[in-house]
Amino acid sequence: MTCKEFLALLDDLIDDTVTPEMRTDLRTHLEGCDHCKVTFDTTRKTIEIYRSHQIYDLPSGLRERLHAAIMNRCKKGC
Amino acid sequence: MTNIQPIAGELEIHPDVALVERVRKGDVSAYDALVRKYERQVFRIAQHITQNREDAEDVMQDAFLKAYEKLDQFQGNSKFYTWLVRIAVNESLMRLRKRRTGKMVSIDEDVQTDEGSVPRDLADWAPDPEQHYTQAELARILEKTIKGLPPGFKVVFELRDVQGLSTEDTAEALGLSVPAVKSRLLRARLQLRERLSRYFGRKRGVEK
Repeated sequence: MTCKEFLALLDDLIDDTVTPEMRTDLRTHLEGCDHCKVTFDTTRKTIEIYRSHQIYDLPSGLRERLHAAIMNRCKKGC
Repeated sequence: MTNIQPIAGELEIHPDVALVERVRKGDVSAYDALVRKYERQVFRIAQHITQNREDAEDVMQDAFLKAYEKLDQFQGNSKFYTWLVRIAVNESLMRLRKRRTGKMVSIDEDVQTDEGSVPRDLADWAPDPEQHYTQAELARILEKTIKGLPPGFKVVFELRDVQGLSTEDTAEALGLSVPAVKSRLLRARLQLRERLSRYFGRKRGVEK
């Protein structure tokens, strides 16, 4: 397996949507290729960091304004 | 062994569909429950596309109001959240077009990148690299890093990787094909990885 072939299946390996045979092939490539091992590990870490540190908090007061707008709209006919 | 098939009346109803039914019968508090459930997600999608806090606030409000008004058009054969995301994405793009004085902005515009090429920046990361930063610093890094990606990449990454939607639901919500979602996801992941390496790369040390 070449690095390019590995990269084409990187998402499937991360998302665990590969067949057991394919997973073995990908793992074998990883064992012998530092380049792809770093790509795999750090890409997985990238996802993990974005998932556990969610950005863009809801501004305070926005929920109340939205609720008021919906209630106002409702008065015109729910 | 007898295989018991559920009869039609016993099929499980998705909690969102049950809430939508209550809203249709005039129970506005059920809509509040849907808003509370999805407000953060919708706000983040709007923020990713518009890149502007005020616009994202307006988009979130408009999207929920529009969804409320169009609730009769919700068929129930798609998931409520994917239907809501589609409204939010359209509202966000409209807002962006207005800001860019009518210039066409699309979620499915194809962006030329070096897809398929092996990543260049391959410094390994320190273990738990995010711990070298305060929460505020890390938030700034993550925002700055994702900001430069094309809108279609950011939203696909947000829906698939952060919010955990399936590839199929992401495709439906964005009006994209499944291969298009997959292609954008791979490019988004690799670009974010490469950009984060500037901060987390072991060889270059920890930059602040």
